[in-house]
Amino acid sequence: MSALAGHALALRGLTKRYGAFTAVDDVSLEVAQGQFLTLLGPSGSGKTTILMAVAGFVAPSAGTVLLDGGDITPLPPEKRDFGMVFQGYALFPHMSVADNVAFPLRVRGMSRADRDAKVRAALDLVQLQKFTDRLPRQLSGGQQQRVALARALVFDPKLLLLDEPLSALDKKLRAELQEELKALHRRIGRTFVNVTHDQEEALSLSDTIAILNHGKLVQIGDPNGLYERPRTRFVADFLGKSNFLEGTVRTRMAEGFLLEAGPVQLRVHGAGPAEGTRALLSLRPEKLALLAEGETADNVVEGTIRAWSYLGAGSSLVVATEHLGEIRAVLPAWKSSIDPAEGLRVRLGWAADAAVPVEEDAA
Amino acid sequence: MSAAGRTSAGWWLLILPALLLVLVFYIAPILQVLAISVSEPEPGFANYERLWTSEGVQRVILTTLRICTITTALALLLGYAIAYAITLASPRARGWWMLAVLVPLWISVLVRAFAWVTLLRRQGLVNNMLMQWGLISEPLALVWNEFGILVGMVHYMVPFAVLPMLSTMREIDPRLLAAARGLGASRGQVFRSIFLPLSTPGVIAAGVLVFIFSLGFYITPAILGGGKTLMAAEWISLQILDLIRWGLGTMLATVLVLAILVTLIVFSRVVDLRRMFGTGG
Repeated sequence: MSALAGHALALRGLTKRYGAFTAVDDVSLEVAQGQFLTLLGPSGSGKTTILMAVAGFVAPSAGTVLLDGGDITPLPPEKRDFGMVFQGYALFPHMSVADNVAFPLRVRGMSRADRDAKVRAALDLVQLQKFTDRLPRQLSGGQQQRVALARALVFDPKLLLLDEPLSALDKKLRAELQEELKALHRRIGRTFVNVTHDQEEALSLSDTIAILNHGKLVQIGDPNGLYERPRTRFVADFLGKSNFLEGTVRTRMAEGFLLEAGPVQLRVHGAGPAEGTRALLSLRPEKLALLAEGETADNVVEGTIRAWSYLGAGSSLVVATEHLGEIRAVLPAWKSSIDPAEGLRVRLGWAADAAVPVEEDAA
Repeated sequence: MSAAGRTSAGWWLLILPALLLVLVFYIAPILQVLAISVSEPEPGFANYERLWTSEGVQRVILTTLRICTITTALALLLGYAIAYAITLASPRARGWWMLAVLVPLWISVLVRAFAWVTLLRRQGLVNNMLMQWGLISEPLALVWNEFGILVGMVHYMVPFAVLPMLSTMREIDPRLLAAARGLGASRGQVFRSIFLPLSTPGVIAAGVLVFIFSLGFYITPAILGGGKTLMAAEWISLQILDLIRWGLGTMLATVLVLAILVTLIVFSRVVDLRRMFGTGG
């Protein structure tokens, strides 16, 4: 498995309709060689349908799937040479671990000796050498997941497709396998396409995240870019948590503008919409600070703590303000000079570049 | 008596009527059959000796086994194809398929046997059509022989073969089949490596069910065999009702019951019988 074995995938205007319902609506995107792409979205967003169209199980109503520039849309799944890890793993219950992993090689007519060597290498890759003779039902969820990975990788697939590969596992195991999956991707340098509804998984694993909603591609980019500069309210809300501040753009300045929300004027950095128009800001809870007496910031707002919860590494506050509604703030515990309590009057502050303008979602 | 003891006595009282019914009308007659087989016409195992000495008895047993084996094989083959089609069919089509499988089950076995006679006899529909098309010049002997029995029995047994196989097939996760194709297997390979092995328990269950059922078949062979090809059940009835040889008839009946019990015991080691006949929790 050489480091340069990755293939590039592209979707052009991919559309899938089921009667009047459009599951995937004109999605175009590109994945470069060796990249880890995650399709992220709530259930019903069309992410799985896109993966199934890439795998060849769903015939698109319109659009094409390109591999290294060549159209593969009409190819049946067995001709595509893509490895796939199914939701629930879909291990063959009547075959041992070794036979499951050997299956893709057997159907390709590989000799037993070559098969055995490849199976051993694949099981080494996922650290399951000791379990070759077990049946899938004798393995834990995490082990089954690794068998599914080994089976999907053993025949040197052009792409590895993952359909919610970690969703059936408990939280701790999921974090562990996330790291393993990432390390595996780096080690074998293949192109991975992952589907998930878990934003943390998407952020930690991916080179590129494509965010989908109602069958449409809402935004695509690297995790940091998406998190810091969400384009729409949906993206800001789905990828992490966000406060939304609404107002009218007033004075434009060199480095940004003032947003007027009732009697409050907020300083915002960045381009933003034209003067006089309505604008929506996304403000991440962790970018807010609790201001001590005499401390100040670009933007300051006063309010009453409505609720708070202790999270160990920090605490989360909900502060009711007069003009901006409820604002959620996440504060690191070690930095807080004030002990939060319900009913306490506090001042919240944030920098002018902390909030970013986002678009309202198309209805 | 402890409280638990009283409760359990209460339960026994509840099932007592059913227990009595089974004892009086089922177990007792079978025991009587067993008793007659070793006491008529004189006490001893003379009747059972016939199993080794009488060519007639052996011929009946061999004919029965041969017809049952062929029936089972054909019913499994046809039933498998039907169950497979139903499994892959759309929910709407599945309803029609199930109806087509079940309707014959609700029609009297007598009606079905006579229907086959009208179709297969010398001037029947099948022979007439074949003659009209000029495919044959003489009517074929399609009924009142082993062929006729097989047609009738396979027709009767196919639904019984379909049902256990269908329930096994519907338990197969369709994602496994998709996964196999995604991993590079052709449709044929998916069937051979995944679907067939996973449906095998259903095939075994259906095979045992059909074979056991066929062993005791009476009406269909009697009507479609025309009295020339004798199977065990008809032979027993002949001994008892026509020849008044109770001992001999009950002997073969006992052998039949034992053969069925042995088959069940053997297969209960291979497959879960309670699941197979649908009584499992």
